[in-house]
Amino acid sequence: MEYGLFLGCTIPARSRNYELAARAVASRLGVELIDIEEFSCCGFPLEASDERGALLLAAMNLCIAEERGVDICVLCSACASMLTKTAYHLDHDRKLRDQINQELVKIGKDYKGRAQVKHFARILLEDVGLERIRKQVKRDLKGLKVATHYGCHYLKPSYIYEDFDDPQDPKTLEIILEAVGATNVQYRRKKDCCGGPVLLSDEQVALSVAEEKLKQVRDVGADCMNLVCPFCSLMFDANQKGIEANSGNEFNLPVLYLPQIMGLAFGFSRKELGLNLNSVSTKELESAFEG
Amino acid sequence: MKRFSLQDSDHAFVHEIELSDFIGGFRDCYTCGTCTAGCPVHRVNKDYDPLKIMRMLVLGFREELLKGNMIWLCSDCYTCQENCPMEVRITDIINHLKNLATREKNVPLGVSTQKKLLKEQGKIYIIDEFDNKKRAKVGLPALPELAEAAKALLQERE
Repeated sequence: MEYGLFLGCTIPARSRNYELAARAVASRLGVELIDIEEFSCCGFPLEASDERGALLLAAMNLCIAEERGVDICVLCSACASMLTKTAYHLDHDRKLRDQINQELVKIGKDYKGRAQVKHFARILLEDVGLERIRKQVKRDLKGLKVATHYGCHYLKPSYIYEDFDDPQDPKTLEIILEAVGATNVQYRRKKDCCGGPVLLSDEQVALSVAEEKLKQVRDVGADCMNLVCPFCSLMFDANQKGIEANSGNEFNLPVLYLPQIMGLAFGFSRKELGLNLNSVSTKELESAFEG
Repeated sequence: MKRFSLQDSDHAFVHEIELSDFIGGFRDCYTCGTCTAGCPVHRVNKDYDPLKIMRMLVLGFREELLKGNMIWLCSDCYTCQENCPMEVRITDIINHLKNLATREKNVPLGVSTQKKLLKEQGKIYIIDEFDNKKRAKVGLPALPELAEAAKALLQERE
């Protein structure tokens, strides 16, 4: 099982905890992640201001994977959605593909549509499988109450994602958590957005959207939040202190990436999973499973 | 609130978007309001209202849409689009409106800054020596500072 690892912009610079944990978990499960230096930005940050430019960037990245003969493993949900959406459009619209290829030829690329794009979590579920995941569990996470935040672009727009999960009633991430022994807790507004993309145009609105969700998660008594996107993590983990100061609410809610929780179950150390790099301390949570 | 006049309708604007294969079906909207009811941004800021955006589009209120702030409050979460009983591609339409507004120079500083950074660097964050040292310290591989091919691809774009 071999994939080209697409890190995007945010993860290598700002979310090394996610990258560390994902690499650790992948390696334990026999998933080989190949580093490809040529990959650039996925195009997502350009979508609102220059949709054609965004499409070009995404198509270029798809071409790079094609040339290497690998499918793409994506950690960031925004990157996953941008790359998947681009492949969808280029595969369904011949005219658009010709136009994009006319521009790509300037940098010596030609899109053929051979590389598949998959989010890391989807690879775990579809390609690795629950049985292999269960076999690696070394530490009992029983009693760890986890509230999963699916985020938006991991599931949507659904027309690009071949129904691999149901955006109206998503389950994939919780199925993986269950396989590593954690307890899923349900909360209101589970499907809501983190607010991240509004950060660029109205910070107050963005933080209010995140606050709504943190309240719901706190109120059901979850030990931590589980997510799979660096923007969602920015909103709930890095910005949590600021939201608390602004609103007078207290959350003190650890926010972990899915592979960090899996890694705890697999017996990895705090440092191997980058838990020391999380903004809200995870120490108390970890101490419950030590020894 | 400002009153709009139907005499200001820009039919060419509506028609142009309507002709697009991908996002053209917005006239199917029967104003049920499911989009707004589920919108997480509307919940915290009632000024933002996707149904209003859809109606303003159908009525051809080009200026109000492209010069105003409303479209930029959309969080791109796709809740409205997924919930729409008529399968109007609301989020994709709003994203296209953001592109048109950008051409009219109505674009939040954060969004235009990212565009500039991508043209200059090919990625949002440069990975400098210091970053690579931090990466090496935790056992992560070094990465190039810029994305040269992406830079070249975006060079001639506006």
